[in-house]
Amino acid sequence: MLQYVLKRLLLMIPTILGAAFIIFFILRVVPGDVCELKLGGDGGHYDPVQVEICQKNLGIDRPVYEQFGKFVVGIFTFDYGNSMDTGKPVTHEIGLRFQLSLQIAIMATLVTIIIAIPLGTISAVYQNSWIDYIVRTVSIAGIALPSFWLGILLLLFLLNFSDWMWGIRWSPPLIYKPIWEDPYHNVSQLIWPAVATGYRYSAVATRMTRSSMLEVLREDYVRTARAKGLLEKLIINRHALKNALLPVVTVIGIEFAFLMGGLVVTEQVFNLNGLGQLLVHSVTGKDYTMTQAIVMIIVLVFVFTNFMVDILYAWLDPRIRYS
Amino acid sequence: MRFSTLKLAIGAATATALTLGTIAGAAAQKSGGTLNFVVGSKIPSYDAHVETTFGMIHPIAPFYSLLIRVNPDAPATNDFVCDVCEGDVDKGADGGKLFTFKIRKGLKFHNGAPLNANDVVASYNKIIFPPKGVASSRKSFYRMVESVAATDDHTVVFKLKFPSGAFIPALASPFNFIYSKADLEKNGLTWHKTNINGSGPFVFVEHQPGAFVSGKKFAGYHHKGRPYLDGFRAIAAPKMAARVQAIEGDRASIEFRGFPPKQRDALVKVLGDKITVQESDWNCVLMATPNQKKKPFDDARVRRALSLSIDRWGGSKYLSKIAIVKTVGGVVFPGHPLAATEAELTKIAGYGKDLKANRAEARRLLKEAGQENLSLVLNNRAVDQPYKVVGTWLLDQYKKIGIKATQQVNPSSVFYDILRKKQDFDVSIDFNCQSVINPIADVSKFLPGGGANYSGSKDKKLVEMYDALLRAPTEAEQRKLVRQYEKRVLDTEATHAITLWWYKINPHRSYVKGWKIAPSHYLGQQLDQVWLDK
Amino acid sequence: MVTVSENLADAKNAELQDDLRDRPGLWKQITSFARKQPLGFAGLIVVLVFICLAVFAPWLSPFDPEASSYEHMLAPPGTTSDAGTFYLGTDDFGRDVLTRIIYGARTALFVGFTCAIVGATVGLVLGVGSAFFGGKIDLIFQRIMDIFMAFPLIIMALSIVAIFGSSIQNVIIAITIPFIPRCARVVRSSALAIREIPYIDAARANGFSNSRIIMRHMVPNVMAPFLIMLTAFVGQAILLEASLSFLGLGVQEPVPAWGLMLKNAQEYIRSEPWIAIWPGIAITLGVFGFNLFGDALRDALDPRLRSNQ
Repeated sequence: MLQYVLKRLLLMIPTILGAAFIIFFILRVVPGDVCELKLGGDGGHYDPVQVEICQKNLGIDRPVYEQFGKFVVGIFTFDYGNSMDTGKPVTHEIGLRFQLSLQIAIMATLVTIIIAIPLGTISAVYQNSWIDYIVRTVSIAGIALPSFWLGILLLLFLLNFSDWMWGIRWSPPLIYKPIWEDPYHNVSQLIWPAVATGYRYSAVATRMTRSSMLEVLREDYVRTARAKGLLEKLIINRHALKNALLPVVTVIGIEFAFLMGGLVVTEQVFNLNGLGQLLVHSVTGKDYTMTQAIVMIIVLVFVFTNFMVDILYAWLDPRIRYS
Repeated sequence: MRFSTLKLAIGAATATALTLGTIAGAAAQKSGGTLNFVVGSKIPSYDAHVETTFGMIHPIAPFYSLLIRVNPDAPATNDFVCDVCEGDVDKGADGGKLFTFKIRKGLKFHNGAPLNANDVVASYNKIIFPPKGVASSRKSFYRMVESVAATDDHTVVFKLKFPSGAFIPALASPFNFIYSKADLEKNGLTWHKTNINGSGPFVFVEHQPGAFVSGKKFAGYHHKGRPYLDGFRAIAAPKMAARVQAIEGDRASIEFRGFPPKQRDALVKVLGDKITVQESDWNCVLMATPNQKKKPFDDARVRRALSLSIDRWGGSKYLSKIAIVKTVGGVVFPGHPLAATEAELTKIAGYGKDLKANRAEARRLLKEAGQENLSLVLNNRAVDQPYKVVGTWLLDQYKKIGIKATQQVNPSSVFYDILRKKQDFDVSIDFNCQSVINPIADVSKFLPGGGANYSGSKDKKLVEMYDALLRAPTEAEQRKLVRQYEKRVLDTEATHAITLWWYKINPHRSYVKGWKIAPSHYLGQQLDQVWLDK
Repeated sequence: MVTVSENLADAKNAELQDDLRDRPGLWKQITSFARKQPLGFAGLIVVLVFICLAVFAPWLSPFDPEASSYEHMLAPPGTTSDAGTFYLGTDDFGRDVLTRIIYGARTALFVGFTCAIVGATVGLVLGVGSAFFGGKIDLIFQRIMDIFMAFPLIIMALSIVAIFGSSIQNVIIAITIPFIPRCARVVRSSALAIREIPYIDAARANGFSNSRIIMRHMVPNVMAPFLIMLTAFVGQAILLEASLSFLGLGVQEPVPAWGLMLKNAQEYIRSEPWIAIWPGIAITLGVFGFNLFGDALRDALDPRLRSNQ
């Protein structure tokens, strides 16, 4: 097992390096850099000398391999440098935004668990009944429903509903406060994007719960339990659900990493100052250091989650380890 | 150059403030409260000498003082008043080559250090004569300046190489923050990119990256009784819809850049008298610039046809409903005495009121030039208001004279690169956007070889006309020359097709008082004049 | 969100070895499909409706999708003009919303099908090739796929369009690239299982060429996972294109596209909510149709699930 873990761990290195390579070069393929962008504002006065000075200060004029080397070393030493745009350390810029995105991801996951596991189980137990069809339709619709559209409708509803109820138009707070500072403020801001994304997310998990339950329900030990005359409720709760949950947990794990990146669009709708919005800003603003850092963080989370899932599987299914 | 001595009576013409009660006596002003406002752009750095965006000005300007500024209580008049200096703004001595400013006594930076003439000199030296390797974005505005010096602790003297009407407007740029000499010497010339130590009405409290900047009242502020607010919070909201919703839900009270009319109407409809609207002409304009380095745009007939296709007077009525543009104008900010009147405008190709005749003429010109099946790609910038809206509208205008037009919407970096370096576009959206009203800056945009003209024009006649304009002794003479220059740029040569001048609409919560709309979103943003009627 | 199913599909697909060749007549297939998979059949109908809208857009739509009518900007649904009735109202440029939705189906399906077909096919070739040749090629190839898979779908797509500029070509490229490794992986694991089956060895022993073995024996046997991925990609591509356009990074004006319509509509949602409702419904319905159909297809092609029914 240890050998397998080590092997998988080593395999992560070329992946991370490759991803770093791709993002580094893709950013530099297209002409124009942060200096030209910043110093060529709406005013229309554009001074090439100033641009050169700026490029020099930021080190964009250095040879590409030198910049790349610095970046790669930075990935492994967690030194992402300063944002080329604001001049502040990247870690400082990312800090609170990461916290915000992480919290929405966690809340969306909770929404998912609350919705997906009961619905998926019911749907599987009553396979091909009307209730199954409804759950399946709703969950497929959930995957089809763009979260940004749901978000827009939610905001519209909040403004109009609050006006109708209390005569005052209410919209979610604009500024993020950590949950331990002001729980009401925090939740009233983040619950809406969590619902908008969690709804989609739960649709995926519901389907997975259902199909996983269906498989388990046909396993021999469930049949044996039935043959022994155990209560159906007991069989489902004690035996089936427990075993069916593993793939569901895996899905939730993988989706969690995905969710962090996928919040990009929802954050725009709800004006949330999260990682996704920062990525859009920095990639369009040609802030190389910042874009590289965010993408690498997302990649690291993604790769690491996949690694954990693999290890989990290998641990449960010894055949994988030796294949 | 006599522009500084011109009485700029643009106030009444430009600012049609729909609001009542903002011109209140000192007695009516209430102190206290925190102003929340939304900003649609991010903060690149805190150093105004380097930055060029309102995304920095709106949240950071309240922390700093200026030497002179556009009067925040009447920003529409282009009336320059002292900020850290005393008395009236100097009219100039030695034939307009010597300007002296007396600095107030007892001024303090937020860190407690005193502010005197030496700090002003250090700041302007950084702006005008930055050492090698230090960026200064508006350095080229001060080509007339020979030296800046402090004759004593409370006197600053600017010596010019030649008299220029562009000097005082440039000096009053809202980007000319006064920094502490000690900070510059001790911490270096780039320290202010990431640190704030000003002498403005508010003291920096917190900047949560990408979220908000907050400030609290500076007790030692030099304008007595000001600021009225206890503090402010500048909240980032990149999406227009989010900014409108923020004001509707009272999460923010005002946005200082401007909303399109539809948003204004929606807010007024749901909030009634809780919303006050201020409107003004805006010192910015978008234009379509054909690339003369590329066929067939080297043909003046084709360029004129492009300009003739544009329904300016109609657009002023309908496009102004969905975009932040409205006013039909020429090369100079409309409302300035040097700008063309409506009668003068209608004589320029594409400004005539008979749209059918214009377009028939456009088709004729295209036919004459053998370009009846012309197709073109418009280089546009990925900014919604008003770039993309105006661009989409332009495509529709071109289609009306049989041109097949599409647009390539590029991220700002690529857009600039194509416009300035590659110069391989067919037609590009181009812009002229200034802070302080300054006709010299307006017309220099079109000067071939002037640095801001991306049309590829090498028109020598235009350069001659510009030189004559600079030397014109009287306003009447200047006006005449500007008209000739305008005719040459927009009609004969048609190097640029001006669309519609921007129109600034600021709907805000009615309890926000004292803030008056300016013809630029860069002006009047120190917020010392603002108070809340709550 | 399909990443999930993909990852799990890896294991499952190893057992997918359905053979598409011996099937009953077409009509019988359709009726039996409709009976066994009512949801999938409904999905198929939705898909067909959208395809018809896209193909026959010029005949079905009442207006020119790019013609502005400045006298009728943001007109409510049912407004009539000299040129006809705006059944779903008009947008900010006075263009007919119904017409733009119908033409929007063109954009959506064009992007959806192009990305899905190109992405899945390239993935198929790479996946089968990698599995067939095995050894070092397979190893290197797997590492490259890993790298591409390390980027979440939208992050990769977004970076590509944000950097290279937004045009319909770039949008298609941006969506297609991340699809390739996702399909290749699934196909490879199915193909690997097939490679181990004795008849491939037999074919080799008989001296059949590599290309013949690949085309005649391996490709048909991975058709099931391939088709499943393909249909899933169409829905995803439509959604991704809408998301990119909504961010302002996708398709550009004046091309009619649903995500772009939603983006513009968001500005007017206070006063003219209808222009935000219709494109949202169109996206949801379109993706919904493809997902339902894809789901049913998966059930029908996956022998294990079928035997369970």
